[in-house]
Amino acid sequence: MNTLQKKPMSRDAMLTLGAAVIGLVLLFVFDSTFDRFTMQIFKLCAINIILALSLNLINGFTGLFSLGHAGFMAVGAYTCALLAMTPDQKATNFVLQPIAPWLLDLHLPFLPALLVSGLIAGFIGWFLGVVALRLRDDYLAIATLGFSEIIRVVLTNTQSITNGSLGLKGIPRYTTMWWAWGSAVVITLFLVLLIKSSYGRAFKSIRDNEIAAESMGVDVFGMKVLSFTISSFLAGIAGGLLAHYLTTIDPKQFIFLKTFDILLIVVLGGVGSITGSIVAAIVVTISMEALRFLDGPLNLGFMVTNGVPGLRMVFFSALLMVVVIFRQQGLMGTSEFSWDSLSRIGLLPKRGPKSGKGGE
Amino acid sequence: MSSLLQTIEVNKQFGGLSAVTALNMDVQPGEIVGLIGPNGAGKTTSFNLITGVYKPTSGKVMFDGKDITGMKPHAITHLGVARTFQNIRLFKEMSVLENVLVAQHMRMGTNLLEATLRLPSYMKKERHVHERARALLDEVGLSAHEGNKATSLPYGKQRRLEIARALATEPKLLFLDEPAAGMNPQESVELMDFILKIRDQFKLTIVLIEHHMQVVMGVCKRMYVLDYGVTIAHGTPEEIQKNPKVIEAYLGVE
Repeated sequence: MNTLQKKPMSRDAMLTLGAAVIGLVLLFVFDSTFDRFTMQIFKLCAINIILALSLNLINGFTGLFSLGHAGFMAVGAYTCALLAMTPDQKATNFVLQPIAPWLLDLHLPFLPALLVSGLIAGFIGWFLGVVALRLRDDYLAIATLGFSEIIRVVLTNTQSITNGSLGLKGIPRYTTMWWAWGSAVVITLFLVLLIKSSYGRAFKSIRDNEIAAESMGVDVFGMKVLSFTISSFLAGIAGGLLAHYLTTIDPKQFIFLKTFDILLIVVLGGVGSITGSIVAAIVVTISMEALRFLDGPLNLGFMVTNGVPGLRMVFFSALLMVVVIFRQQGLMGTSEFSWDSLSRIGLLPKRGPKSGKGGE
Repeated sequence: MSSLLQTIEVNKQFGGLSAVTALNMDVQPGEIVGLIGPNGAGKTTSFNLITGVYKPTSGKVMFDGKDITGMKPHAITHLGVARTFQNIRLFKEMSVLENVLVAQHMRMGTNLLEATLRLPSYMKKERHVHERARALLDEVGLSAHEGNKATSLPYGKQRRLEIARALATEPKLLFLDEPAAGMNPQESVELMDFILKIRDQFKLTIVLIEHHMQVVMGVCKRMYVLDYGVTIAHGTPEEIQKNPKVIEAYLGVE
């Protein structure tokens, strides 16, 4: 598999350019045609893509079983919301106990606020990584799960900073379609380049065989911390986008079940595949809405059931079980989309000499 | 001449079990040294102690004049020590070429920014490591397989890939853990030639564990014999073959 690009503008590069243009046009079309509800789901797809990709970086590419994602999202969401809300908006939220004075006047535009929320989540990720990455496998999973719950409990109890369990309301709706999808595209590109680089190879070597990786000169601990930090940074960004998408956040949204929602996407898409995570994020996000009818009264032909709230989640649980039993590698396994793979399955004409890879 | 590798009274205990007792090895630059002994004698443990996988309970490991006792494996590799594994440890989801590329990561001296933005400085290094990886694969006769998954190779070729990967770290000292395991006599002879060839070509010093006596006696000028973690003999192949203690360890005594 050659990861180096060849010089002349190849067929792949042209296809990639074409796909990018079509993608951009589609975004314009969607932006002007979708009604508000459809648009919300469409935006959520992009946020879930970022979350799934960032979780896949640690779980899929570096082979660390981490379950702390909800915590990093929460950090990002609260940071971004508190920074981007105006002092007036903040003051009206804090009814039980006034907001800490230093925080009241801290006000940033959306982009810097988003970046700061990523940085803070990344810093906490770095700290947790240095402490917890001495552990492996299920022990690491338990430690990170516990850590994410600690974050939630802290958020619930720091009344003068986070408004406790009342949460934050009236967060400005900054997450437009362009913000959501723009971030998703930039982050996807970043991760594709990262995975294809020498660092990506080092991450994958740790996943495949830690002892061998260490013996081949890869600083395993340093690389794990790096991967964990990048992943937390991205989760923080996604959290920030989510806060300004939902406009209301409270600590209960970030219980560990949120991590499992993302894990579901990663496992369905393929642990270790960027393409898989993107496809699964879109499919799962849309099905979560499309399958809402399962929660209501169902006409089974011979009988009509009463509404069972939460039945659509049973569908996803069943789907997860089917995948784990019959196709453990998920949709894509560890393979990625490439124009070559399209020619292999006959959707594109075959061609002669092999050249560089294209596509997202 | 100063030693390249010296272990001074190295001990390793796992709980009450002494896996290695008073290991005193001395390896000169350019030598090929054998490490033999019955199963469970502590040969691989010795390798693990020197390459940093285990920390010695006591004693000192000196490499190239530096004390490397208790250093992390990747730091030791950085100083110029490489190894292969008895139970092959390839990066199984990665291609043959990528396996060799990973081993050059530490020597690339790149940073995250440069690598993800694909700056020209990085692309130059990337081209260089690709060329070198291909040259190494050519050396071990795996060029035709560079795009295949590492685990799709037959056993003998996986062993050769492990050696290519170890060579990619630019070692001065190479540890081979049972390189001839599972090879037929013909392949073993080829392996002996190959070991001598890479020693000269890459100016290596080699320490190898091997059960295949023909191979050990053929390439090693000196050898150490371990039994229950204790060095019971040390000398040239001829001396070792006549040593009563060695015969006793291998064949038992009446």
